[in-house]
Amino acid sequence: MSGNELDARRMLCPMPVIRTQEKVEQLQAGDTLTVFCSDPGAIHDIPAWCRVNGHEVLDIRRQGEEITIRLRVGEE
Amino acid sequence: MSVPRKAVALISGGLDSLLAAKVIQEQGIHVEGINFYTGFCVEGHTHAIRKKDTARPKRNNALWVAEQLGIKLHIIDIIEEYKDVVINPKHGYGANLNPCLDCKVFMVQKARQWIEAKGFDFIITGEVIGQRPMSQRKDTLPVISRESGADELLLRPLCAKNLEPTRPEREGWVDRERLHGFEGRTRKPQMALAAAFGFEDYAQPAGGCCFLTDKQYSHKLADLWKARGERRYELDDIMLLKVGRHIRPRPNFKMIIGREEGENRFLQGYRKQYTHMLATSHPGPLVLIDGDAGPDDLDLAAQITARFSQGRNADSVAIEVHTPDGASHSLQVQPMPGAAIPRDWYL
Ligand code: SF4
Repeated sequence: MSGNELDARRMLCPMPVIRTQEKVEQLQAGDTLTVFCSDPGAIHDIPAWCRVNGHEVLDIRRQGEEITIRLRVGEE
Repeated sequence: MSVPRKAVALISGGLDSLLAAKVIQEQGIHVEGINFYTGFCVEGHTHAIRKKDTARPKRNNALWVAEQLGIKLHIIDIIEEYKDVVINPKHGYGANLNPCLDCKVFMVQKARQWIEAKGFDFIITGEVIGQRPMSQRKDTLPVISRESGADELLLRPLCAKNLEPTRPEREGWVDRERLHGFEGRTRKPQMALAAAFGFEDYAQPAGGCCFLTDKQYSHKLADLWKARGERRYELDDIMLLKVGRHIRPRPNFKMIIGREEGENRFLQGYRKQYTHMLATSHPGPLVLIDGDAGPDDLDLAAQITARFSQGRNADSVAIEVHTPDGASHSLQVQPMPGAAIPRDWYL
């Protein structure tokens, strides 16, 4: 299932990371989440947050100001 | 076999909390990190805004620390609750508007609630006696333990040997002998320990972990409270205090003027909420107007805006004024000479 989305546009780091964390807490291992953001810092911070917490970044896309990060929730 | 113990480390992103967590990890304790976001933190975005700073590698230091340690990091938004700490600190402020002691009490208290909820055993911080004038004194460390309610469950691995044994030490969860007795303002023992662990490239914040220790920032915050007649702020207010040149020509309004392209772009994000103006006859900065500005005020603001545009030496500059309701109008103004702007208008 892949309907999980988070709109973190216009938020400044670390808010996109915090909102991602809150959203991931509600999901199950194996679920995917798509995060939309606009602070370029999120390109570093969300993957770093995923690495330390055991989640997998599936892809990062950047189109102009808009950044889309797709991740898969890891095991607890 | 004894139960593996679990500790949560307060991770600020600086060297001390990195070392404190490592010292405990080395004793076989399961450590996870917790990092609090107050809105005043000196973090990546502040550097990211200013274009000239983009050459520097930009990272979230707390996440970087967690990666070095190989621990999980929980970043917690305390923006709303923290307002009361900044506005009404029971123990007062430090040199600027930094309520360090109340801040520490609050964060440790949050950590205590966190360990209760998650079934962790104790809390660790990177505090060192005498390292900071307000919150890290021999007489204030016990205040933090007591008022946070963490009491004996708060362990400071870097200076534990100079303090009474805490429960993790007494119960043998950690070996007190392998903790440290750092004291005073010197950074040498921390740097030596960092080298022993092989840590490099760590962050060394000079004044403190947040903007409230910055004199100019605190001055701008005090001005905001004075102008509004009450001590109150929203997240947007305190973010905007980090950006641009702030000029208050009259008590009822101030101007936030972008200093370069990165700041102008950042300020653009606030266009829908604030009256703003921009020179149209010449290149120039985006200017937000914070407060209640009447036609006469906008005229004055337009002259100042013209002064910061490339038309500063022209006879007349066209300024377009946009209000939050979507309306706009143009003004033709003579730029105010730089020398005519009183020094005390600059915040
Ligand atoms: S510098 Fe800021 S974040 Fe650090 S203890 Fe003081 S008030 Fe809290």
